Amino acid sequence: MAAPKMFDLEGRVAVVTGGNGGIGRAIAMGLAQAGAAIAILARNEEKNHATVEALKKLGVRAAAIKLDVTDRSALAPAMAEAERALGPIDILVNNAGISIQRSSLKHTAEDWDRVLETNLHSCFFLSQIAARSMAARGAGGKIINIASEYARFGGGGVVSYAAAKGGLVQMTKTMAIEFAPRNIQVNAIVPGWIKTDMTVPAQSGPFYQEILTRTPAGRFGEPEEMAGTAIYLASHASDFVTGAIVYADGGFAIR
Amino acid sequence: MNANPLFDLTGKTAIVTGGNTGIGRAIALGLARAGASVAILARNQERNRATLAELKAIGPKAIAIGLDISQRAKLKPAVDQVERDLGPVDILVNNAGFAVLKPLMEHREEDWDSVLETNLTAAFMLSQIVARSMIPRRAGKILNVTSIGGFKGTPIYPSYGVSKGGMLQLTRCLAVELAPHNIQANSLAPGWTTTDMTDWIRNDPKYAAAKEQMVARTPAARFADADEMVGAALFLVSPASSFVTGADLIVDGGFFIA
Repeated sequence: MAAPKMFDLEGRVAVVTGGNGGIGRAIAMGLAQAGAAIAILARNEEKNHATVEALKKLGVRAAAIKLDVTDRSALAPAMAEAERALGPIDILVNNAGISIQRSSLKHTAEDWDRVLETNLHSCFFLSQIAARSMAARGAGGKIINIASEYARFGGGGVVSYAAAKGGLVQMTKTMAIEFAPRNIQVNAIVPGWIKTDMTVPAQSGPFYQEILTRTPAGRFGEPEEMAGTAIYLASHASDFVTGAIVYADGGFAIR
Repeated sequence: MNANPLFDLTGKTAIVTGGNTGIGRAIALGLARAGASVAILARNQERNRATLAELKAIGPKAIAIGLDISQRAKLKPAVDQVERDLGPVDILVNNAGFAVLKPLMEHREEDWDSVLETNLTAAFMLSQIVARSMIPRRAGKILNVTSIGGFKGTPIYPSYGVSKGGMLQLTRCLAVELAPHNIQANSLAPGWTTTDMTDWIRNDPKYAAAKEQMVARTPAARFADADEMVGAALFLVSPASSFVTGADLIVDGGFFIA
């Protein structure tokens, strides 16, 4: 029996930043499987190309736009290019992020600025651009921010990352309230520990064991396991959900 | 576009307590549309019959069991009957609940006991019964329908808020304990929703000010329809949420964060 149409994204256009690897790629593929046309905005052209090929094989329209999200002047042109290629944006997934592992006292101004620019500031500006387009059409829209357990918990060596993700969660709530009258829902996903390139340093040694012990599911999540949450939050199934922080973490946060 | 297997419940058996009206009915019908066989456990036989007819019109197998879930001795036999008629339970939705509209200082012992028994203790006992069946199969989903009232203080329905707060914590404890068995337990916290249960605030002039404040505080500026809870429920009982456990999914038009 067919799953309900409420999770279908046919006819919708989604932008996924950092959509060529890890969680971003898995979300892009998931949204495509649900029927959306996908623009991935990311730096690495080789990975961009490979992901667009994979997306097209799913039978959707797809485009990749080379973008370093820290380049503020390039954000609006990239979004305009995505809209020219695929049509007006209905869904924005702010996924691109980096982490610099360095103690607070050793963090340089450059470290701090780079992480905040990538993980928070770019999300703000891209959301602004997307919401303007959505509001102008009056058709509503969805913004999904990929946050982190470090938005809620502290941790050694991740001061800039944690600050940026904490800010992203508060940005989510604020924009949710502001955009509600325009029928634009803004929500965040908190992935737990997921098997991606970004978490390779945590995938071995004592810290790995610590994570497994603390995670009730007793394992790292697969990037593909983030797709269901993203599809839900990108679809009409979540039209009364806004400002929500959805944990997809095998129970990490509640132990 | 083909059916998205992430949200497909074909071949699954689900129990929905209080599944004959309001949010429970909406969820029961939603699960059936996603392919599940659904058993509703609820008191009112007339409403059971009406909802059962709707479920059967959708397709998969369905049954209704007339049951007051505050009667502890009847819980196990009811689950046994579901498993005999529909098969092993894959999904439990603890939805049945009610509120006593009285400040704490006016609560009688019976008020407190009846609310806590129906909303919290029955959810615990049913979870225990159903999880025992799920554990050997190494799969299952428990969904507790909580409330934004579980997070906030209120003088209007305080014992209800306490029971829902307890249910949120029950969800987390079930999630941690059952995760090694690949059983996910999550909570769906509806905000203000148009159901019989909220008739008082929507229609009783005594609560007109409370209603006005509520709508003013909700960014979406309206009550939800019961049907708007279905997407969250399907997400939380389907393969789409395989790495989601112990989560509180708030479906409230932004009330909680405003």
